[in-house]
Amino acid sequence: MDPLSALITLTNFVLIPAFAYGSQLALGALGITLIYSILRFSHFAHGDIMAFGTMVVIFTTWGFQAIGITGGGIIPTALLAIPVGIAAMAVYLLVTDRLVYRFFRQVKARPLTFVMASLGVMFVTNGLTRLFIGTSERRFEDGERFIFSVRDFREWSGLAEGLALRSAQAITIITALLVMVALFWFLTRTKSGKSMRAYSDNEDLALLSGINPERVVTITWVIVAALVVTAGTLYGLDKGFRPINYFQLLLPMFAAAIVGGLGSPIGAIVGGYVVAFSEMGITYAWRRFFTHLMPEDMGPDSMLQLLPVDYKFAVTFAILVIVLIFRPTGIFRGKSI
Amino acid sequence: MSVNWRNIGLFAAMGVVLLLTATLQSWQLALTILNMSLISAIMALGVNMQWGYAGLFNVGIMGFTAVGGLAAVLIAMPPVTEAWAAGGLGTILGLMLGLATILAAVAVYKRMTPGRLRGAAILGVIVVGWGVSRFFFAPATSAIQAVNPASEGYLGGLGLPVILAWPVGAVFAAGAAWVVGRISLGLRSDYLAIATLGISEIIIAILKHERWLARGVNNVTGIPRPVTRPVELQPQPWVQELAARLGWTVPETAAILSALGYAMLFTIVLAILIWLAEKALNSPWGRMMRAIRDNEVAARAMGKNVTRRHLNIFVLGSAVCGLAGAMMVSMDGQLTPGSYEPLRFTFLVWVMVIVGGSGNNWGSVLGAFVIWFLWVQVEPAGRWLMEIVTSNMDVDSDLRRHLLDSASYMRLFTMGVALLLVLRFSPRGLIPER
Repeated sequence: MDPLSALITLTNFVLIPAFAYGSQLALGALGITLIYSILRFSHFAHGDIMAFGTMVVIFTTWGFQAIGITGGGIIPTALLAIPVGIAAMAVYLLVTDRLVYRFFRQVKARPLTFVMASLGVMFVTNGLTRLFIGTSERRFEDGERFIFSVRDFREWSGLAEGLALRSAQAITIITALLVMVALFWFLTRTKSGKSMRAYSDNEDLALLSGINPERVVTITWVIVAALVVTAGTLYGLDKGFRPINYFQLLLPMFAAAIVGGLGSPIGAIVGGYVVAFSEMGITYAWRRFFTHLMPEDMGPDSMLQLLPVDYKFAVTFAILVIVLIFRPTGIFRGKSI
Repeated sequence: MSVNWRNIGLFAAMGVVLLLTATLQSWQLALTILNMSLISAIMALGVNMQWGYAGLFNVGIMGFTAVGGLAAVLIAMPPVTEAWAAGGLGTILGLMLGLATILAAVAVYKRMTPGRLRGAAILGVIVVGWGVSRFFFAPATSAIQAVNPASEGYLGGLGLPVILAWPVGAVFAAGAAWVVGRISLGLRSDYLAIATLGISEIIIAILKHERWLARGVNNVTGIPRPVTRPVELQPQPWVQELAARLGWTVPETAAILSALGYAMLFTIVLAILIWLAEKALNSPWGRMMRAIRDNEVAARAMGKNVTRRHLNIFVLGSAVCGLAGAMMVSMDGQLTPGSYEPLRFTFLVWVMVIVGGSGNNWGSVLGAFVIWFLWVQVEPAGRWLMEIVTSNMDVDSDLRRHLLDSASYMRLFTMGVALLLVLRFSPRGLIPER
């Protein structure tokens, strides 16, 4: 019996990775939720614009490294490249908005037409990303890899079980929290943020009180650019960059947004963590955890893994289905259009 | 009904383009494009039923075609008796117990009064049921996978004629669609999209992972074909005679004859489907569907059960996609779960329907032909373009090699642009709805 070791195992293999992954999903889901509440459609290009933004960050990182700007060996150079990525992404999103979505807004097209258009944007963005950077995996993490490694932890604590905290995970968690705080501050304290919420609550009333819809839309796209580039870079630092993985993030991100309640920013964050912790918890082999908890000779024989890792989509989907059946508007009562 | 010369002209133009491909490039290429276009046309018909008639947004086409493809394996491959002996019983028992668990959980949910106790009871049923079914299932499947793993290691099929797999594939897809539809129809429209996106990823994950079912990523090859294979045609005297008369080589002639056989079979299926679809569209049922699509509230006020009708058409459309999936696998003679990509199987079909003209069956068919032709031909065109762009560059430069390598992604870009242009400037497509 050794509950402390059990707790450390759990932290190392489930809690820390899930917390990092959940933060990345939450940032992605926040973007989806914002687009849904302001522009009123499900943005299917989200995964691919995330890949595109990350690609810009990777190229900038390489450029910075070439001219000698680095994170000083402590923080990844990619973090310094994020602002460039956000700027490029904001331009890209605003140009797509002018070329594609604005027309449909003017003719007041059905929401599904917007979704269809976002499919087109998805194709184009996907093609561009692959054209520029290819499909193979890219790692662009540099600087210190670990805050503390398994060995450091063992020497420090004298325990048999190890615990490691990778820089990418720590940076993800801290950055995500900062971004979320900043977003909430913006939405609740600034005039632009308030006009966004007003527009989202009641379009006609917002128009009557003199809010310029095009300005609200522009601000939304810029915020979405910041969110996707940050989320994409953090995900890439954590797990490596491959365009197809970003496309596949679409399902967990949407699940997170729906589980929390589409249109509710708090919901998107909670949803992100719910999805990440369930995915990790259900695909983790619990054998080691329970070996520590049980008396010496009673350890479990099987791996105690509820589902193989290949089925992480199934977990996401199951959560989604449960929410759709029992509470279709999500945990935080999102809106319905 | 008056003869619509414009539409006939569009189809004729497509035929001329295919003929030009045949004469300028090769007959084999043209026939390959034709066959895949016919299959794509069937998929597009299925999607058009859902989107064009009823306004349902299904982004899980890949999953439904893959399930149809699975039917081809389960129907046509010979059974692996050793594997059945090793773990057939355990697998079936495990699956049955799993199903029983779900049914028991549903029963508990319905019978007990809401509260903490009910939640605990459901959780208990699921945990116990899961454990028990895994107890039978896991050893049985690993026993199956151990049987001759290089070429078998799965249960095999029923050894029936492969044509039977086509309707069975449709039934499989319909089953999957029914489950998804029951859950997500009747909620807001985007939810169906997310749910279908999810189910299609899960179906692919199951096909890749459950090796006892269809060998997973090891692929099932050598699935019996509905048309005589070229290798068997070559020794036939009449084939050799024909080849001599046309001045072609014997293997080429045999390949073309085989492809023509598929083209005929597929055309028959497509013709039947189109006839049925047109009948349905112009019947009271079709008018009701379009009424529901155009104004759900009004249709509901007229006493139509919108959710039920949506479920009907969703299942029907998915069944057609499953049929196309089974046809595709029986033409390729192999099931390769690794090759199912959403961009190719889901979103490309969407481009076909939108470009062709949603709501119009002939439009979807034409869209399938046009888009598939572009999909095949844009890649060489992209490479050619890149050759020109890079002709001034150093032969060994990395940039040049990179640009040439990525030419194949031009087609994703082209498809996206085509979709956006049609949506913007001609939202009703090539052949608009009447």
